[in-house]
Amino acid sequence: MDNFTVGVVVFPGSNCDRDVSWALEGCLDIRTKYLWHESSDLSDVDAIVLPGGFSYGDYLRCGAIARFSPLINALDEFVKSGKRVLGICNGFQILTESGFLPGALVANKNLNFICDDVELDIVSSKGGWFNNVDEKQTIKLPIAHGEGRYHCDSDTLKKLVDNELIALRYKNNPNGSSFDIAGITNEKGNVLGLMPHPERACDEIIGGTDGLFTLKSLILK
Amino acid sequence: MDQFAVKVFVRLRPSVLDPAGEATKSASIKLGAEGIKSLRIGKMIEVKIEGNGEKEVREKIDLLCDRLFANTVIEDYEYSLEKL
Repeated sequence: MDNFTVGVVVFPGSNCDRDVSWALEGCLDIRTKYLWHESSDLSDVDAIVLPGGFSYGDYLRCGAIARFSPLINALDEFVKSGKRVLGICNGFQILTESGFLPGALVANKNLNFICDDVELDIVSSKGGWFNNVDEKQTIKLPIAHGEGRYHCDSDTLKKLVDNELIALRYKNNPNGSSFDIAGITNEKGNVLGLMPHPERACDEIIGGTDGLFTLKSLILK
Repeated sequence: MDQFAVKVFVRLRPSVLDPAGEATKSASIKLGAEGIKSLRIGKMIEVKIEGNGEKEVREKIDLLCDRLFANTVIEDYEYSLEKL
């Protein structure tokens, strides 16, 4: 994938943008380009990551203000074209606020900011984000969030289950998420949002490589 | 143009657990307040806005509430409006 470029979106308050870029470039040799949130030109990127952090200081609600950036407005066409979008943590919150993914992320049940490694069951292979670990079915990734409790109504949950849109579930639900949900995809499978941080699990030296495949799958067509 | 003062109240839907409200309820009981049956925390947003009459202003506020002030997946809203 010589020219394949992943756009890493930078909002005021993003703080995992460089981690994502390092993991993609350093661990996977995939080219990246930072995209300032005020840019709406997505013509020279082939996939997009919305990284973790505290966009706009999490004012009003996490991801609520970021949703109105020119870049997120341009994302609709990008997603419709079938290109891949990965929202990690705050990126997941932005994807739900902007309606690319259903549901919402609210304050953790115990009110703590949780920073830990968690075991996750891979539920669906939709979109191929986790395909290579089929034989394993469980991965370990770090989480770091105060507002990661996935919430949706019962009709939405049924739709998620029926259409195999639940990508990841916590083995030991740390935050009170409905149905232990840690990550979901859209119906087409080209948009994945998850609270755990795959970019923080891309090298044995920092505790694991279970995040590598998810980042690598950004280059899937 | 008329000017209006609007107070928007945004509340978590009854079906959504409010851990901050629960923690505050627990502290209220520790303070010695008796009889608290429920305590939930919301937001109040004050807006001063101009428009041609109440109907037009309500349309603007409805849009703001629905698209920005509240996330209707988890929150309900209501507002009061006073002509200045």
